[in-house]
Amino acid sequence: MNKVSQSALAARLNRLIDFSPVIIALALAMLVSSILLIALDADPLAAFSAMLEGSVGSENATAETLVKATPILFVGIGITIAFRGGMINIGGEGQMIAGALAGVTVALVLGEARVPADMAKTPGAFDLIIVTLSLLGGFLAGALYGGLAGFLKAYFNVNEILSTIMLNQIAVQMMNFLLNGILLDPSEAGFNNIPKTARLVTAAQLPRLSLPLGDPWLFARTRLHWGLIIAIVLAVLIYIFLWRTSLGYRIRAVGENERASSFAGINVKRQMMFSMFLAGGFAGLAGVVQVLGLQYRLQTDGSPAGFTGSAGFNGIVAALFGGLNPIGAIPASAFFGGLLVGAQKMQRELGVPASLITAVNGLVVVFVVSSEIFIQQRSKRRVSVSEEEDG
Amino acid sequence: MAEAAKIASSLLPTGHQRINQLEMVGIVKRFPGVLAADKIDFNVKAGEIHALLGENGAGKSTLMKMLYGLYHPDEGQIRINGVKTIIRSPQDAIQRGIGMIHQHFMLVPSLTVAENIALGMKSSRGLRLDLDVVSRRVLELSEIYNLKVDPGLPIWQLAVGEQQRVEILRALYKGAALLILDEPTAVLTPQEVDGLFRILKQLADDGHGLVFISHKLHEVLEISHRVTVLRDGRRVNSIPTSEATRPKLAEMMVGRPVLLEYEKNPPDPREQRLALEGVSALSNRGTVGLDGVSLSLRGGEIVGVAGVSGNGQQELAQCISGLRQVTAGSVEVDGIDVTNAHPSKLHAIGLSYIPEERMIDGVIKEFSVAENYVLQDHAHPKFTTARIFMLFHKIREACRQAIDAFEIKTPSTETLVKSLSGGNIQKLVLARELSRDPGVLIAAQPTRGVDIGATEYIHQRLLQERDKGTAILLISEDLDEIRALSDRIAVMYEGQIVGEVENKDVDIEQLGLLMTGGG
Repeated sequence: MNKVSQSALAARLNRLIDFSPVIIALALAMLVSSILLIALDADPLAAFSAMLEGSVGSENATAETLVKATPILFVGIGITIAFRGGMINIGGEGQMIAGALAGVTVALVLGEARVPADMAKTPGAFDLIIVTLSLLGGFLAGALYGGLAGFLKAYFNVNEILSTIMLNQIAVQMMNFLLNGILLDPSEAGFNNIPKTARLVTAAQLPRLSLPLGDPWLFARTRLHWGLIIAIVLAVLIYIFLWRTSLGYRIRAVGENERASSFAGINVKRQMMFSMFLAGGFAGLAGVVQVLGLQYRLQTDGSPAGFTGSAGFNGIVAALFGGLNPIGAIPASAFFGGLLVGAQKMQRELGVPASLITAVNGLVVVFVVSSEIFIQQRSKRRVSVSEEEDG
Repeated sequence: MAEAAKIASSLLPTGHQRINQLEMVGIVKRFPGVLAADKIDFNVKAGEIHALLGENGAGKSTLMKMLYGLYHPDEGQIRINGVKTIIRSPQDAIQRGIGMIHQHFMLVPSLTVAENIALGMKSSRGLRLDLDVVSRRVLELSEIYNLKVDPGLPIWQLAVGEQQRVEILRALYKGAALLILDEPTAVLTPQEVDGLFRILKQLADDGHGLVFISHKLHEVLEISHRVTVLRDGRRVNSIPTSEATRPKLAEMMVGRPVLLEYEKNPPDPREQRLALEGVSALSNRGTVGLDGVSLSLRGGEIVGVAGVSGNGQQELAQCISGLRQVTAGSVEVDGIDVTNAHPSKLHAIGLSYIPEERMIDGVIKEFSVAENYVLQDHAHPKFTTARIFMLFHKIREACRQAIDAFEIKTPSTETLVKSLSGGNIQKLVLARELSRDPGVLIAAQPTRGVDIGATEYIHQRLLQERDKGTAILLISEDLDEIRALSDRIAVMYEGQIVGEVENKDVDIEQLGLLMTGGG
C-alpha cells in the first residue's frame, strides 16, 4: 500500500519535472530570439512585452488570439485523431482548402436561395440549416480529401506523409483555378481579378460571439465568432470518442500496434482510412469556419498559405504540444494563436522585418517540439529501465 | 608486498592481468518505486564460473550492469583484488578487465569480424586503419582459446553461435579478465550451447572469472562451480553447484516448492475439433513455409508440435489463426471450413490463439491491462451500449476477476501493459484467450521467456483446459515442455510434419533425429 502511494507521488513529481523542459525550451527560444533582435538593433525586452501585450494585453488582442487559435484547434483535433491512429497527416493545408471550397459553395448556393425568400434579415431556422449544411459540406470535402490519402496508404501502401504533402499542392492550385473561374466574385470579373468569391449573405454567416460580462458584453466589439465554441465542444466530444467508444478504441489500437490489432480481428485498412477521414474532416471544418465566421468569403493572394495562414501546419504543432489529446490541444492552440497575433504587434511596434517574426515563431516551435521529443525519450528511458529486467 | 608481487605475476594467456577476486559488498540500487538490489553480496574468483540465477526481475541484470558501469550503486562497494573501485562507465569497466557479453549482440552486420573488433578502438597507426594488426591478434587469440573465427568474414555471414564467439573474442581482445555473460544460451541451438560450454570451461581453466546469468536450471547445474540465487532484489543464497539440485534451486528462485513434473489425468479424447488437410503456405521470405501439412486435433487432448526453430511452426500457427494466407489445402474448425477466414470469424466460432510474439501480436503495450483484456471483445454487447460506448466499469470488473483467477501481478487494471513482467503479460493473454471459452486453443511458445512460477501456472491451466475438453495445439521449441504436457507429439522439419508419435512411448533420441530431418 505504502509502495503504491509512494510510486504515485513519484509519478506526480515526475510530471512536474517533465514540465520543466517546456519552460526551458521557451526560455531558449526567447534567448535565441533576443540575439536576433539585438543583431537588428531592437530591444528584446520591448519586443517581448509588445508580444505579450499584442496577444492578451487588451480585449481585442485576446479576441484576435482566440480567432487565430480557432482554425489551429480544428486542425489540431484532426491531427490528434490521425496520429492516434498511426497516420502522420501533413495535409491539413490541403484539407482546409478542400473544406473551404465545398463549404463556401454550399453557403453561396443556399444563401442565394435564402435571399429572395426572406429579405428581412431575421435569423430563422433556415439560417441555421444553411450554416449547418455548409459546415457539413466543408467537413465532408476535407474528410474525403484526407480519406484519399488514407485509402492510398491502406491499399497501395503509399506513404501518407508524401501523399498529403502532394495533395496540399494540388488543393492550392485547385483553389486558385476555381477562385479565378467559376467561383470568382461576379463584381470582380474583368475588374481587379482578385481571386475571391462573392460575399456570403448574413444568413450564411456564423454569428459573432460575446460573453455576458460587463456592458457592452465582453468581446462584443471584436471579430470573435462561434467557431471557437464549436471547436471546443468538438474537442471534448472527440476526447470521449477516442477514449470511451469502441470506434475510438479501434483507431488507437491500430495506431499503437497494427499486428496485435489485426490478430484481434480489427480491420486495419478500414481504421487507417477512417482516422484520415476524420482528420481531413476537422481540417475541412477549419477551412469552412474561416470563411463562415471571419472572412465571409473565400479569398487568397495566390500563395500556398494565402488562405489558410498556415493553420494546417500550425495545427500539427498544436496537436503535438497538446500531448496528442484533443483537450490538451485547446490551450496549445491558444498559445500558438497568441504567438501569431503577438508577433504582428511586435512587428508594428519595433519596425523589425516581417521575416524575423516568422523566424521567432519558428524558434519557439522548434524548441518546444524538441522538448516534447526529449520528454518522450526520457519517459521511454524510464520505462526501459524497468523493462530491462525482463530481458 | 609478497601478495602484490604474486598478483602481478599471474597473467592470463592474453598477457593481461588476472582478477583474482572481485567482490560486490552490500550493493543497493533503487529505481523510482522499486528496490532493484537490496544489500546484495556477490563475488567471483579467477578460474571460476559463477552462475547468477533468478526469475525475471530478480535483479540479475541490474547487479551486473552495476559491475559493468552502466548503473551506479546507491550503496555498497565493489572491490577488485581487494581494492575498492568505482566503475564509472563501461569504458572504465573494460580498462579494469571486466567484459560483458550482452544477450543481444552489439555487432554491425555489414562489417567484418576484424572491423567489428577494431570498432571504437584507437588505431596504432593514428588516422590509418590497422586492420591487419587487429586480424593477426584476433587469429592469435582464437588460436589460444580454440575460438575458430575468420577475421575477414562479414558478420551477417556468420551463424548466431559464431557471432557470439566474435563478442567473446572482442572482450578478450580488450583485455577482459572477468567476463559477464547475460543469458548467453537464449539464442543458441543445442549444438551451439555445447560449443559455448566448452569455450567457457577453457576460459575458466585459463584463469578467467566468469559470471553466467541464466534462469535455466539444467544449464546452471551443468556449467557452473557456484550458484548465487537472487529473488526480488535480494540474495537468497550462494552454494557450491555440487550441493545443488534442480528442485532445490527452483525453490530458492520462486520461494516455494515448484512442480517440475505434472500429474496428468489419462487422456479422454472426444470429437474432432480441428482438421488440417494438406495445408501449404509461404514463409515471410517468399519461400515454402508450410508444405502439405495434415493434422487433426480432438477435444480433450494436447498435441505438441516439436521442431527446431524456423521449420514452419510459426507459419502453421498463423495459417490456423487466419493471419497467413493458405495457398493450398484446407483448415476446418468444428466441421466449418475456415481456410483463410478473417480472425474475427475464427474468434466467433471458438478458436483462441496465444501468439508466439506476445509483445507484438498479443498485446498493445501502450494500452492498459483492462484495455488489453478486451482486445477482441471491446465491442461485445456485454461491454458496450449499442456496441459503441464502452462500459469501462464492466470491463474493469471482468478484468479484475481475471486478474484474481489467473494470479496476474499488476498494481491495477489501469496499469499500462508495458510495465508488467513477461510472465504476467503472458498470463493476461492466456486469461483473455480462455475468457471466450474456446473449443480450440493454439498455444505458440506459451512459456518462452516466462519465469518458472508463471510457467508452472500456465502449464497447469493448459492441462485443466484439456481436461475440460478443449483441443490444444502446443507449439514449442522446448522439448521438456512438449513432453510434460502433450498426449501426442508431431515433429516438424522444413515445413512438413515428418513424424507423429504418442507421448507415452516416445524415444528422445528418435525425436531428436526427426527434428533434424534424419528420421
